[in-house]
Amino acid sequence: MEEKQNFTVSVYTENNVGILNRLSAIFLKRHINIESMTVSKSEIDHVHRFTFVVIVSETSIKKVVGQLEKQIEVIKAFYHKDDEVIYQETAMFKISTKFMYDEHIQNKFKFRRAHIVTITERYFVIEASGLKEDIDRMYDKLKPYGLLQFVRSGRIAITRPKMAISELLQENI
Amino acid sequence: MNFKNMETTIKKTVGETRLKLTKISGSEAVVKCLLAEGVDLAYGYPGGAIMPIYDELYKYQDKLHHVLTRHEQGATHAAQGFARVTGKTGIVFATSGPGATNLVTGIADAQIDSTPLVCITGQVSSHLLGSDAFQETDIIGISTPVTKWNYQITKASEIPEIMAKAFYIAKSGRPGPVLIDITKDAQFGEVDFKYKKCEKIRSYRAIPKLDIEKVKAAAELINSAKKPFIVFGQGIIIGQAEAEFKAFIEKTNIPSASTALGLSALATKHPLNVGMVGMHGNYAPNVLTNQCDLLIAIGMRFDDRVTGNLETYAKQAKVIHFEIDPAEIDKNVKTDVAVLGNVKESLTEIMPFVNKMQHAAWLQEFTKLYQKECEVVINDQLNPTKEGLTMGEVINKINQETNGEAVIVSDVGQHQMFACRYANFIKTRSSITSGGLGTMGFALPAAIGAKMGAPEREVVAIIGDGGYQMTIQELGTILQTEVPVKIVVLNNSFLGMVRQWQELFFDRRYASTVMKNPDFVKIAEGYGIKANRVSKRENLANAVKTMVASKEAYFLEVVIEKEDNIFPMIPTGESVSDIRLS
Repeated sequence: MEEKQNFTVSVYTENNVGILNRLSAIFLKRHINIESMTVSKSEIDHVHRFTFVVIVSETSIKKVVGQLEKQIEVIKAFYHKDDEVIYQETAMFKISTKFMYDEHIQNKFKFRRAHIVTITERYFVIEASGLKEDIDRMYDKLKPYGLLQFVRSGRIAITRPKMAISELLQENI
Repeated sequence: MNFKNMETTIKKTVGETRLKLTKISGSEAVVKCLLAEGVDLAYGYPGGAIMPIYDELYKYQDKLHHVLTRHEQGATHAAQGFARVTGKTGIVFATSGPGATNLVTGIADAQIDSTPLVCITGQVSSHLLGSDAFQETDIIGISTPVTKWNYQITKASEIPEIMAKAFYIAKSGRPGPVLIDITKDAQFGEVDFKYKKCEKIRSYRAIPKLDIEKVKAAAELINSAKKPFIVFGQGIIIGQAEAEFKAFIEKTNIPSASTALGLSALATKHPLNVGMVGMHGNYAPNVLTNQCDLLIAIGMRFDDRVTGNLETYAKQAKVIHFEIDPAEIDKNVKTDVAVLGNVKESLTEIMPFVNKMQHAAWLQEFTKLYQKECEVVINDQLNPTKEGLTMGEVINKINQETNGEAVIVSDVGQHQMFACRYANFIKTRSSITSGGLGTMGFALPAAIGAKMGAPEREVVAIIGDGGYQMTIQELGTILQTEVPVKIVVLNNSFLGMVRQWQELFFDRRYASTVMKNPDFVKIAEGYGIKANRVSKRENLANAVKTMVASKEAYFLEVVIEKEDNIFPMIPTGESVSDIRLS
């Protein structure tokens, strides 16, 4: 059995209603769980970029990408292994202000790429970005303080190899 | 008023009038788009949310004929039958809610069998979207996984451009169904009508560019192969490459087998046609798939019913795949050389690079195994010694009476496999069946569509007693349109294919496969269709002759041996070379 691993799938699409449904249906059809997803505009005007993270075999992801790319409004889809992308996630932790001056809690995020973005009488909010594992570690450490809220973004990723979207669009016009 | 002012006023009035003249309703625009695409026949069923469009269909009925089916599913299958026999795009109309959801089976069938359809559904007014309004359903969400493309129009102004895209997408590249959902306010709204056919969509490449290096690499493999073997699919028919394909195999002398959907792309009796591959295909091509040294797949997609167990499928062979859809490459079978592109072009390009070959000894192996299949299976089907009628002999009689000129539309089940195995095809686009989805109930409406698409051809629907009753209401469509389609029901009073599996793999526990059937002859007669029932061998030939000779629609029920099985058979999960003859 081929080993499963993380793949970052970048899908460049037209910016139309319903594309997310069409893309997620392809993962659903093969019973693949989407670990994270981010949608944003891309480097090209009027072209949107979906970034999915899934844990599957390489054989499987190749077929998925083929089927994603086949969708009419998909311009191009790529998949990359973790060592082929520079990636990040952002998280926010909302914690009661009573722990604000706790020495231990300050140590917990001192060395991380984390900072306080808001302080009120009742709570303060820490924002952190990094790899999923960094955020997970920080989560474990802050959990004992009773997280009032926690949220994490999907993965955003820049690939090391080139993804030649502009050329492709030029060619197709 | 001075002269100059007057001139301005006149200009303005004329301008406004002209503007008014080109402004039409969204629903009229829909019909005009269809006319601009050359559509003169559509299938459908009216309802609340699509009434404005039906009102326009009424006004334009001399240019665009609308066929009222008895169920929306019937409309999709009729449109599929029309599309498969003509190569044109089939058109379907339905209302919102249940009208739209009733299309889903037909759309899914068209998607998996690559049939071009444009389905137009009405939708509640845009201000009601999402409010659970009467007959509102999210047909865009529901149809997304089974359409090549879908789109919801909420403004009349979108209609011309979206309709043009719909037609382009449905028909180009690997064809498929498109669904356009139009809100009622968009149908009532006004649009300044200008129609321009769509020829390009920047995010969509209909046909991949042919790589001549791949063509040369494929030719090299073909020239050095000792035991090459071709499996061809519907791609040959869709790509209108029948002549190129025939020239290619006749030069290289490669034995060629068809998939179920590829049937009739090459005449059944062509010396290089070695039959059909797959679960109930012919013995030789299945067994020899695992002995060839080069497998050349042309316009097919290695369905699991073709390959059996992939772990043991043609492992000894190199594989060339001629294909239009890049997503099919390596999907099921690993390819050594993938020739992407339009098959007509690819086969034309490869001709100068391939050598003239003989492969006489290799062809002989196919003949030998065919003889074995004849001895064990075929002779007994065509000239049975048992009392009950066999499905094979019925198909054979139809061959004889129609001289192989008929379009055979088959449903799903045992009778379908008998039809595919025993029908004798001379012309392309003569076999219409539900392959990928296996939709029972497909054949009756599909035959109606096929006959309307090819009125000059004899169209014979071959249906089981189970599938017939899934869309039997379409007899009403025959009654109303008087379409002279011939219907043969092979009645064994069982859901035969499931029963066969129960016999072979479930210790004859016939769970819910026994059918207590109505009097089919009376039902047909109730719809004003001439009908006959035959249960004895000595009456079969005459019964078929009378049916074929009929100028009107005709229904023939043939009472078949109850527990007959279809062989050969590759049980699920087994290897193609383990195909069983009995």
